[in-house]
Amino acid sequence: MKIISTKTNKTLKIELVGELDHHAARNAIMRIGQSIDFELPEKTILNLSGLSFMDSSGIAVIINIYRRMQELGGAFEISDVPTQANKVINAAGLNKIIKISEEKSLVI
Amino acid sequence: MKHTNEIKLTILSKSANEGFARSAIAAFVAQLDPTLDELNDIKTAVSEAVTNCIVHAYPNSVEKIHIRVRLFDDNNIEIVIKDNGLGIPNIEKARTPMYTTGDSERSGMGFTIMESFMDSLNVRSKSGHGTVVTMKKRISMRLSGRHGV
Repeated sequence: MKIISTKTNKTLKIELVGELDHHAARNAIMRIGQSIDFELPEKTILNLSGLSFMDSSGIAVIINIYRRMQELGGAFEISDVPTQANKVINAAGLNKIIKISEEKSLVI
Repeated sequence: MKHTNEIKLTILSKSANEGFARSAIAAFVAQLDPTLDELNDIKTAVSEAVTNCIVHAYPNSVEKIHIRVRLFDDNNIEIVIKDNGLGIPNIEKARTPMYTTGDSERSGMGFTIMESFMDSLNVRSKSGHGTVVTMKKRISMRLSGRHGV
C-alpha cells in the first residue's frame, strides 16, 4: 500500500492507495506517526479514496491517528471513503466519533 | 445438504499471504455470481479470520493455516479457517467488540466484523490446541437466475 503525504500550510493530507490490511497497517502506523510527529499539523486529513480494500486493521490505523491528533490538540478527519471501507468504519462505530468528509463535489 | 464444490488451501501464517487468501476465496466464490458488495463482505471476513491466525494463533512463529471453502446448491457458502495455535481461553470475551489481547495495532473488531458481514459465525477453540472459525453466507439469487454456468 502506498502512503502519500502532503503538507499545505498547517494541514497534513495523507492519501492511502491500495489495500489496507494487517500486512500494510504495521508499517502505515509507524510512517504516518513519523509524519505527524515531524510536521506537527493543526489538522490531518486522511484521504481513503485510493483504498481498494480495508479491514479492521485500518480501524486501528485511524484510531492511532485520532489519538495522536488529540494529543496535539489538532483536528482530524477522514475524507472520500469508498463503499467497502465505509462499511467497515460503520461496523466499528467510528462514523459516530470521527468526522467524515467529501473532498470531491462530484460523485459518479 | 452435500456441497457441490470445494477447495482447500494451506497457507503459512505470514501477513504477506493475507491478500492472497482474500483473492483466492473471492475467485472461487465468484462462480455463484455474487454482487460486488457480497464479494467484499466475504473478502473482509476472510481477512479478519486469517489475520487472527497470524496475530493470535501463532504470535511467535510461522505455522500453517488451513482454509476450506464449500459451495452449496442453495447458494450458501461455508468458509472454515482452522489453526493449530494457541487457542482462545474465553471465546465469549474474545467476541466482544473492541476486546483485544493484541497491542495498539489491533482494534479488537475482527469477530464483530465477521459476524456482521457474514450470515453466521461459529468459533470453536481449545487452549493449546487451536481454533476453528466457520462462517456462512448466502449469495442472493440474481434476476438472471443463472449460477455456476
